[in-house]
Amino acid sequence: MSALLEVRGLTVAYGAIEAVRDISFVVETGQIVCLIGANGAGKTTTLRTISGLLRPRAGDILFDGQSIANQPAHAILGAGVAHCPEGRRLFARMTVEENLLLGAYTRTDDGVTTDVQRVYDLFPVLGERRHNKAGLFSGGEQQMLAIGRAMMSRPRLLMLDEPSMGLSPIMTQKIFDTLADLKAQGTTILLVEQNALAALALCDRGYVVDLGRTTLEGPGHELLADHRVRAAYLGEG
Amino acid sequence: MVTLLQQLVNGIVLGGLLAFITLGYTMVYGIIQLINFAHGEVFMVGSYAALATYLWALPSGIQSTWYLALPIVILAGAAFSVLVAVIMERFAYRPLRNAPRLAPLITALGISVFLQEAVRNFFPDGTRPKAFPEVFPEGQLTFLGVTVPASGLLLVVMAIILTGALQLYVNTSKLGRAMRATAQDPDTARLMGINPDRVIVLTFILGAALAGVGGVLYGVHYDNINITIGFQNGIFAFTAAVLGGIGSLRGAVVGAFCIGLIKTLAGQYMPGGTAYDYVWIFVILILVLVFRPQGFFGETERVRA
Ligand SMILES: Nc1ncnc2c1ncn2[C@@H]1O[C@H](COP(=O)(O)OP(=O)(O)OP(=O)(O)O)[C@@H](O)[C@H]1O
Ligand SMILES: [Mg+2]
Repeated sequence: MSALLEVRGLTVAYGAIEAVRDISFVVETGQIVCLIGANGAGKTTTLRTISGLLRPRAGDILFDGQSIANQPAHAILGAGVAHCPEGRRLFARMTVEENLLLGAYTRTDDGVTTDVQRVYDLFPVLGERRHNKAGLFSGGEQQMLAIGRAMMSRPRLLMLDEPSMGLSPIMTQKIFDTLADLKAQGTTILLVEQNALAALALCDRGYVVDLGRTTLEGPGHELLADHRVRAAYLGEG
Repeated sequence: MVTLLQQLVNGIVLGGLLAFITLGYTMVYGIIQLINFAHGEVFMVGSYAALATYLWALPSGIQSTWYLALPIVILAGAAFSVLVAVIMERFAYRPLRNAPRLAPLITALGISVFLQEAVRNFFPDGTRPKAFPEVFPEGQLTFLGVTVPASGLLLVVMAIILTGALQLYVNTSKLGRAMRATAQDPDTARLMGINPDRVIVLTFILGAALAGVGGVLYGVHYDNINITIGFQNGIFAFTAAVLGGIGSLRGAVVGAFCIGLIKTLAGQYMPGGTAYDYVWIFVILILVLVFRPQGFFGETERVRA
């Protein structure tokens, strides 16, 4: 196994506030890795820095062995990292189809139409209302569209920030099944989740982020069994 | 009755002219929230570039053949406006992209003055108004006692075609989609792989090309140009953009025709006549800002202090 993404000693600050302090983790090719942690732990900040929306104060980010820490966001997407952001961030005044086509913005191959259809097959409600404005959909439906849009660039690494937020248990299950399918098709996934139970059950490796640092790490099933994780994130103890 | 109809015709012609300028204001605002006060000057330099091309680049055989001369000077005017806008974006606005919003605004005013003074100093005898060459046949249609000059008709038809084409481009092309995405949510647009620099420069190019064409047609229709035409019409066009809802392309075109009509009708019917017609435009501007700051088609969320 080789590391597709390696985050080394990453520190990110908003002005004087250091939201991420010396965080390090590795995502191996073909794995699903998840970051769990309390509100404000710095998970979103970490993802936004990997995708180039924020600049690190210290540390490095290697994708496929190359540093991407100071690349512009559009170049990082071009290198193969897609980011499905927290809170969906759809283009609300554009249609479902336009949102999906924007996800494929950098692609020049002729498989885009097929991939749009694949998203519709996966989430039929999107296909039925493909010409409706994205802002008119329910929260869960918007989340499906956001994930579909992120898949449209055919990323090598797909980063998802709380994809189950606001979804019913059935939809959450469907999203997690979809992630498992994507993994089976060879996509590497970095997942940030509040739903620690489902995320740890799915992932190959998990990291617990607390106050901007990784405090625990290990295979998902081991973390699931860890009493500290159970106490802090699964409401036990 | 004839007077009213005549003023309506004049107002529509002025509206067409303003539509050429307004779109550039509204698109640039939509993408980078900058009120580009130098945009009127982009219109003005297009007019002067067309004049210069006619005077010093066209052989007399072409000068006297309007159907050759007209497209050439239009293209020359548009090309020069685009050049000025691209330089302006690259060297004045781009370095200020993350500066407080007042900085680019003041820069825009500075560029506006700079461009006016540059034309005054470097265009031969630039201080004096210039007669614009006749690159379109004189002529007019008359019906019911109302005169429609051929040049006015040309201006309005071109305005409708070009503003329509621009909206089609922005609403259906891939780059147009990238422009709209960047206007709606710049960070998420970057996550789609959209390079904001490219989209922003494209926005300036499209706005400047339209303004340049408008500048040339201004000369063709009004026969005279001077270095203040950009400033004056720029202010009216800006008001039109606010009225229509700044950021909205549809609003810009509707707003332009409204302002054109308001100005000519006020000049005819309001106290003070044409000497004070522009006052009514500012009255409208103030009323809009007070009672409906988002304009006809703007979104409330976009209106920021
Ligand atoms: N734009 C910002 N300006 C200043 N501080 C910020 C900004 N965004 C986040 N922060 C702060 O940085 C810290 C980390 O925030 P971040 O959004 O990365 O947390 P998170 O782990 O994603 O939390 P959640 O689970 O609630 O989404 C928090 O203390 C937050 O208040
Ligand atoms: Mg978060």
